[in-house]
Amino acid sequence: MLIKSLKKRENELANARKQLKILSEGIFETGELPMFSAQLEAVNKSVLKPKTLEILQINVGYMCNQVCEHCHVDAGPDRKEIMTRETMQQCLDVIKKTGAHTLDLTGGAPEMNPDFRWFVVEATKIGVKDFIVRSNLTIITANKKYYDLPEFFKKHNIHVISSMPHWTKGKTDKQRGNGVFNASIKALKMLNDVGYGMPGSKLKLDLVYNPSGAFLPGDQAALESDFKKGLLSDFDIQFHQLFSITNLPISRFLDYLIASDNYNDYMYNLVEAFNPAAVENVMCTNTLSVSWDGWLYDCDFNQMLELKVKSSVQHISQFNKEALSNRTICISQHCYGCTAGAGSSCQGTVT
Amino acid sequence: MSKSYYDPSDLRKFGNIADWNEELGKKFFDYYGKVFEEGALTAREKSLIALAVSHVVKCPYCIDAYTQDGLKRGITKEEMIEAVHAGAAIESGATLVHGVQMMNKYNKLSM
Repeated sequence: MLIKSLKKRENELANARKQLKILSEGIFETGELPMFSAQLEAVNKSVLKPKTLEILQINVGYMCNQVCEHCHVDAGPDRKEIMTRETMQQCLDVIKKTGAHTLDLTGGAPEMNPDFRWFVVEATKIGVKDFIVRSNLTIITANKKYYDLPEFFKKHNIHVISSMPHWTKGKTDKQRGNGVFNASIKALKMLNDVGYGMPGSKLKLDLVYNPSGAFLPGDQAALESDFKKGLLSDFDIQFHQLFSITNLPISRFLDYLIASDNYNDYMYNLVEAFNPAAVENVMCTNTLSVSWDGWLYDCDFNQMLELKVKSSVQHISQFNKEALSNRTICISQHCYGCTAGAGSSCQGTVT
Repeated sequence: MSKSYYDPSDLRKFGNIADWNEELGKKFFDYYGKVFEEGALTAREKSLIALAVSHVVKCPYCIDAYTQDGLKRGITKEEMIEAVHAGAAIESGATLVHGVQMMNKYNKLSM
């Protein structure tokens, strides 16, 4: 089980440039597999361009109480990158004028940002249609000061999306750390108790599933049905939807793929599962990602690879819808993760 | 030529079988695909049957493929090992039940 981030361990994969180099050499450099750009060209899509901005995803910091093996953020307790109230205010100013219907807070554990609650209260006043907080669940039970989060979420009508790699203990703890499963179950019960995830409830509780290993996710609907059966019969827990997300070959998951000698096979799986229909709806076409320090990215993955938006406007303080809508989306081989099979996004499959 | 009869990367080339006889190849892959669709049995149940049979026919390609397929479907290792035991039990039972033939023959030939 991991206890420190790649960054803290001074692992070379904490370096975004090193990751991009790995993703461009080997089987891609030799031509054994096509580069993502060539694959796009093969389906008559020479570049990816944004459509209407619908989702503003804000990463309020990389600090987390967990150190999950697959984490693409390389988050953990030792990460000190935290969004300030000043940057939050800049985000609020932008939310007011974007017309995006969804505000999506992520991290790290977003709740660990000291200004998290202030931000939620202020953002709620603006009145976006769907206000998501991506909670890792265990944070709710980690410390007394977080025990009231279910009530806080309810009060502000937050849409809670939580990670859950399996409905059994063994698989969950293997990926996310010992004790995570029991703590997650406890947190889910607390959310159910205030009305989250119950049939017909307006308090939305969705779960995110991502594979705990070097394989692609199966059918989202079938997994949802198995999760629902397992969690209800064994723990009396309910939730609304399951979003299945493919692990992208970056950061700690890339480190795992290389260390376990699965990298080439995994890239083969992603490339073979390339689905042109998924390209049409990849999330970078309707999402903008904001980092803790206010820089703009096409998605949270590009944020971790330090690929800022290719635009004259690169920071939230300079936000300009028009300039950003004319940009070309930055791509590399990690993008195969979002176009495999039924496609993958922070809202699950895309086809 | 490879020095080994089995190369894991050959599994990716399975579809090439159709290159040398398109008609039969296509019929096979159509049939194969249809068999594993949801039906009276779920696709999940069929995946576990396929895993058990993979072991009984001792096909390393099939074992790789259906272990991965099971993981994708969220099938647990407890379910996988029980499926393998079910296959192993039938296979060993198939050997052992021939013991009856041995006993019959023994009794027939003995005074």
